Amino acid sequence: MSIRGIAKHAEVLGYVGLAVVLLAVLPAVLDEFRLNLVSKYLCFALVGVGIVLVWGYAGILSLGQGIFFGLGGYLMAMFLKLEASAPELPDFMVWSSTEVLPWWWEPYHSLTVTLVSIVVLPSLLAFVLAYAVFRRRIGGVYFAIVTLALALTLTVLLVGQQGYTGGANGITDFKTLLGWNIISDAGLVNLYFLQVVLLFVVMAAARFMVRSRLGKILIAVRDSEDRVRFSGYDTAMFKAFAFTIGAFFASLGGAMYSIQVGLITPTLVGAVASIEMVIYVAVGGRLSIVGAVIGALLVGWAKSLISENFPAVWLFFIGALFIIITMFLPSGLAGLLAGILNNGAEASGDNARAASNTAAGARAETPR
Amino acid sequence: MSLDIFLMQLFGGISLFTILVLMALGLAIVFGLMGVINMAHGELMALGAYVTYLVAWVFEHYLPGLMGIYLFFAIAAAFIVTFAFGWVLERVFIRFLYKRPLDTLLATWGLSLVLQQTYRSAFGAQEVSVPMTAWLSGAWEPVPGIQLPLNRLFIVALTILVSVMLYYMLFKTRWGLRIRAVTQNRQMSGAAGINTDRVDATTFAVGSGLAGIAGSVFTMVGSTNPLTGQIYIVDSFIVVVFGGVQSLLGTFLSGFVIAQTQTTLEFILSGSMARVTILLFVIVVLYFRPNGLFAAKVR
Repeated sequence: MSIRGIAKHAEVLGYVGLAVVLLAVLPAVLDEFRLNLVSKYLCFALVGVGIVLVWGYAGILSLGQGIFFGLGGYLMAMFLKLEASAPELPDFMVWSSTEVLPWWWEPYHSLTVTLVSIVVLPSLLAFVLAYAVFRRRIGGVYFAIVTLALALTLTVLLVGQQGYTGGANGITDFKTLLGWNIISDAGLVNLYFLQVVLLFVVMAAARFMVRSRLGKILIAVRDSEDRVRFSGYDTAMFKAFAFTIGAFFASLGGAMYSIQVGLITPTLVGAVASIEMVIYVAVGGRLSIVGAVIGALLVGWAKSLISENFPAVWLFFIGALFIIITMFLPSGLAGLLAGILNNGAEASGDNARAASNTAAGARAETPR
Repeated sequence: MSLDIFLMQLFGGISLFTILVLMALGLAIVFGLMGVINMAHGELMALGAYVTYLVAWVFEHYLPGLMGIYLFFAIAAAFIVTFAFGWVLERVFIRFLYKRPLDTLLATWGLSLVLQQTYRSAFGAQEVSVPMTAWLSGAWEPVPGIQLPLNRLFIVALTILVSVMLYYMLFKTRWGLRIRAVTQNRQMSGAAGINTDRVDATTFAVGSGLAGIAGSVFTMVGSTNPLTGQIYIVDSFIVVVFGGVQSLLGTFLSGFVIAQTQTTLEFILSGSMARVTILLFVIVVLYFRPNGLFAAKVR
C-alpha cells in the first residue's frame, strides 16, 4: 500500500492493528501475570477514551476523572467484598469495630443493583455537577480546579471513613464473582478477553459519537462556544452530556479495575492519579480514540517497567513526559503520525503530479 | 467556647493562614496577570523551605554565633533563589504556553513531579527541619491564661509586612503600574511602550519569590519533605478562587476565612471531615459567585 493509502486508512488500520495485538499477539507472548497487567492498563484506556470525548472534542479539561473511576471501582468492590466475606462482615469493618453493615452497603449483595449503580451513579453525579457548573458558564481552568478539588475531597473522605470504606488501604481481598473464581490464572485470562471486548465496544460507541452531528457540535463548542450558543444550542447541555459519557466510561474502567486487579484504593481516586489519566491521552493524542488506548498501554507499560527497575526515575519520566508532550507534541503520537503521513502523501502526490507534468511535456515546475 | 479557648483556637489557625496567604498571593498575581495556572507553585514553596534548611545548616556549622538571626538571611535567600528560579522558568518554559492555559496546567504539573523527585534525590524522602530560633521559642502572655507563641506572632507580622509591601509595590510604584496596565490590556500596554515580556517575567518571578517566603515560614511551623508543596497547592488555589482572582484583599481575607474555618471545624469534627466540609462549602459558594467572594466588578 502506498503512503497515500496508509494515510487514507490510518484510522481503520489503527483499530485493526490494535485488535490483532490485543487479541492475538499479547495473549500468545505474555504470561498470565503480564497479561493481567495489560488488563490493568486497559482499564485506564477506558477512562482515556472518555477523556478524548471530554477534553479532545468538548475542550473540557477534567482533572477529576479519578472520582468516577473510583466510584465505579468502589461500587464493584463493595459487591465483591460482600461476596468474599459472606456471611460475615467485611474484615476491615470488623477491624474498625463497625458492628452492623451500614444500610447503604445492603443493596450491594445484588449484582444487578451493583451493575446498575456503576452505570447510573457516577453518570448522574457527573451530569448534575457539570450541568450546574456549565450553566453558570464556569469553564476552562476553573472547571479543572473544581474537579481537582472534588477528587481531593473524595480521597480525604474515603481515607477518613475507615469503618465504611477501608480507609487508606481501600478494599481488597476478593475471591469470586457470582461463584466464578476471579483470582485464578484461567479466570484472569478470561477477564482479559472480556476487558478487550468491552474496550472495543466503548471505542466503537465513542467513534460513533464523535462522527455524528453531536461530535461536530462539541468541536464547535470547544472552538467557539459563544457562537454555538447564539445559534440557539444549549451548550451547557452538550458539554454536560459529553462529561457524563466520559464519567460513565471512567466508571466502567474502575469497575473492571476492581475485578481484575483485586483492589481499589483512595490513591486511584486522588489528584495525582486523576492527572495521570490525562497524560495517557495526551501521549496518544487527545483527538484520537485509538491513540488514547495506545497511550494508556505505552505509559502503563513504561510505568511498570520503570517502577520495577528504577523507581526513582519514574517521577522524572512522567514529569518530563508532561512537559515534552504539552510543549512540543500537543496532539500526541497520533498527531505526529498524521503529520508524517500527510507530508508523505503530499510528497508522493507531488511526485505523481510532477511525473505526469513531465510526461505531458509541460515544465517540471511543481506549484507549491 | 470560653474566650481564652476561642483566642487560642484562633491562633491555632494562624500558621495555616500565613502559609495559605503567602502562597495564594503569589498564585493570584501570576494568574491575574497571565492567566497561568502554575501547578508547580507548591514545589517553589518547598524550594524556599529547603533553601531555609540549607541556610540554617550553614549557620549552624560555620557561624554558630549568628544563629539568632539566621532566619532573616534564610528568608532573604529563599526569596532570592525562588525569584531567580521563577524568572528562568518563565523565560525558558512558561512563556511558550501563554496561549494555552490548560496545557500550562499540565506542563507545570509535570514540572512539579520532576522537582519533587529532585528534592527526594537531594534531601532524601524523610522530613527535614530547622532548629528553633531561641528568641522565638517563648510565648507572649498579654493577660494571664492566654499564651500566644512568639514564632506564630512573628510569622503573622511577616505575612502582614509582605502583603503590605506587595500592595505598595503593585499600587504605588511604576513597576506595579505597568503590571496593572498589562493585566488590563496587554496590547494597548505594549503599544504604549511597556515591555510586556519583561513585565511577565518579573511578575512570575515575584510570584515565585512569594512562594519561597511561604516555604521559609513553613519551616517555622512544620517539617519539610518532598511532598510538602503538593499538600498546599490545591488549598492555595481554593483560596485564590474563593477570594476572587483579581483582588489581593480578597485573597488575603479568603485565606483568613478558610484557614480559621478549617482549624475551628477540626476542633469540632474530625480532620478529614473538616476538609471535606470546607471544600464542598467553597464549591457551593463558587456556584453562586463564580468570580469569587470579593470579585471586583470588571468590564
